[in-house]
Amino acid sequence: MRQPDSLRVDQRPEGEPYLSVSNLVVKFPSEDGVVNAVEGVNFSVTRGKTLAIVGESGSGKSVTALAIMGLVNRKSAKVTGEVWLDGEELVEKSDSTIRKLRGNKMAMIFQDPMSSLHPFYRVGAQLAEAARAHRNISKKAARNEAIEMLSRVGIPAPRRRVDDYPHQLSGGMRQRVMIAMALINSPALLIADEPTTALDVTVQAQIIDLIGQLQTEFNTAVVIITHDLGIVADIADEVAVMYAGRVVEHASTERLYASPEMPYTLGLLASIPRMDRETDRLDPIRGNPPSPLRHPDGCVFHPRCKYTDRVPNRACFEVRPELLESERDHLVRCHIPPEERRRIATSVLGAGTGGGAVIATAGVAATGIAGNGPTAPVGGPA
Amino acid sequence: MAAYIFRRILLMITLLFMLSVAVFFLFNMLPGDPARLTCGKACTPDLIAANSKRLGYDQPVLVQYQNFVGGIFFGRTFSADSPQPIKCEAPCLGYSFSRHEEVMSLITRAAPVTFWLAVGAFIIWLVVGISLGIFAALKRGRWQDRLTLGVSLVGYSMPSFFIGLILYYFVVIQYRLLPKPEYVSPFDNPFKFLQTMILPWIVLAVLYAAFYMRLTRNQVLEVLNDDYVRTARAKGLPERTVVVKHALRAGLTPIVTSAGLDLAGLLGGAIISENIFNLPGLGSLAVDSITKSDLPIITGLTLLTASLIIVANLVVDLLYAVIDPRVRLT
Repeated sequence: MRQPDSLRVDQRPEGEPYLSVSNLVVKFPSEDGVVNAVEGVNFSVTRGKTLAIVGESGSGKSVTALAIMGLVNRKSAKVTGEVWLDGEELVEKSDSTIRKLRGNKMAMIFQDPMSSLHPFYRVGAQLAEAARAHRNISKKAARNEAIEMLSRVGIPAPRRRVDDYPHQLSGGMRQRVMIAMALINSPALLIADEPTTALDVTVQAQIIDLIGQLQTEFNTAVVIITHDLGIVADIADEVAVMYAGRVVEHASTERLYASPEMPYTLGLLASIPRMDRETDRLDPIRGNPPSPLRHPDGCVFHPRCKYTDRVPNRACFEVRPELLESERDHLVRCHIPPEERRRIATSVLGAGTGGGAVIATAGVAATGIAGNGPTAPVGGPA
Repeated sequence: MAAYIFRRILLMITLLFMLSVAVFFLFNMLPGDPARLTCGKACTPDLIAANSKRLGYDQPVLVQYQNFVGGIFFGRTFSADSPQPIKCEAPCLGYSFSRHEEVMSLITRAAPVTFWLAVGAFIIWLVVGISLGIFAALKRGRWQDRLTLGVSLVGYSMPSFFIGLILYYFVVIQYRLLPKPEYVSPFDNPFKFLQTMILPWIVLAVLYAAFYMRLTRNQVLEVLNDDYVRTARAKGLPERTVVVKHALRAGLTPIVTSAGLDLAGLLGGAIISENIFNLPGLGSLAVDSITKSDLPIITGLTLLTASLIIVANLVVDLLYAVIDPRVRLT
């Protein structure tokens, strides 16, 4: 945060969401038909808070992020709905208007730091370029900022590293450089799309810690996209679970882990290795996510749901469920009656204490790749 | 870097040596007595024997090769014991008895023609091919893209003798827009030089431009989907900067390889264009010596072309190290 806080004019009063997405729809017309990548997503984030978007590959989480950033090619995709950033609606805005916000008010870091930096330019030049894209500062000043940012993201000997090429840095270092680049203009919104997926387990924790630390420092709103429920438990305030382009459950992290209601969320949590219980096999979610070309009728999750018999009149097969408030600030998209959902959750995750135990162990099992159905049996209690 | 270049040059010399052996022995194994070709209809057994002795064809092949290589480094003398010995200074690639001239001086006379032809065409096809390729990539799938692709397909599939003859017929003979081509050095008469070269340049460039257009288009399309281009967009850089500084810089690098090797290949002679447009370049020289079975010239030209390709390879590799910081020359 280079400028003093007083210089940055934020139109949003404290507590108002900095980013709010409503009814976001992204469709890609293709030769095989329309790919419905995102179908009506709603959420919001305030500064200093973290929202995690969780889901399997192809659930639409990355496309949601790219659509917010205006990085979805408008020639090949149809984006509708509303994205409000700091009191400005973005979907209607021209490309050049959004471009001025990108890297400035909102920034993004990507999954693969190996390929996300330009191989031909020194990291310092790439950082300076980001600063100079939005602020009229000299090359020298931009370079000094680059060095300062490198040191803030924990790169040793930043004065030397600033002249390195990306291939001279390790994966973790490169992701740090990406974070430095994203934060060099002190954006109030940071979107991290699977920032640790491509990294070593030991480095993952460091990167997550770094994001959390810089978030506090810069008072940033963070949207973190992941399929790693361990990360979610570590840093998120709120979680939105996405499935087939829709949010199927949305709650505070504590609440979601303590009493998940949507069978899909249950499935994700049940497939995390547990240290507090003796289990021979993990319980993966059966089947595969639906093709975005043709989502099933009724509830999109019904072909993989074990509990469709708990709902009368075949509603799961015929009626699209709405995202409804189950309790205060806990939204669920499911036909099963709430009391029944809670009974199912208790039986799946273990009586009463279940949720708390999951949250405790999820943090440890940092590699618990939910939804991809890890099959390795887990040993006895720790 | 210096060690790398040194090693590459050693390798180059080895390669050229092996090549000279291959070329020399291959040509000497051809059926027929080369000495027979030196006198044509005037040949008598005595004359053939005399010429064979003068040219050294009566010696064993190994000795002939030794003389040939010796000539390159130290020069040699043909007909040493005759009243009019022919002294061929180093580097001597041999003596053409069909043209009664040293191969080296034939090549040095023809080389500038081919050089100007190749370089002119090279510049045209790079500029046209690359810019059309970028244009098509940026307009992907739209009518501009399809039109460019279609035109390039036509250019790609038309043989250059066809384009050459058509152009020659309409421009020079039918409508007399240009005078009959007659090569002059650009330093003597630049205007006439341009008048002569413009058609052969176009003919050569059409084929290559079509190829480079497709190459560039594919490269750019591929790079535009790369992660670091997305990063550049995410930084909020203007689209122009994203395309030029980030996408093209990476996407055009592989084109350096093709360009270097294609240029080197052309510098060895553009046979069809030179013949259609009556340019006395290396290509014309090659065709002429092949029809006359003039082995010394063919040997010399083959070695020259091969050397050009080998040097171009080295230059391309060095350029790569300059362009791409990941490439280490060790």
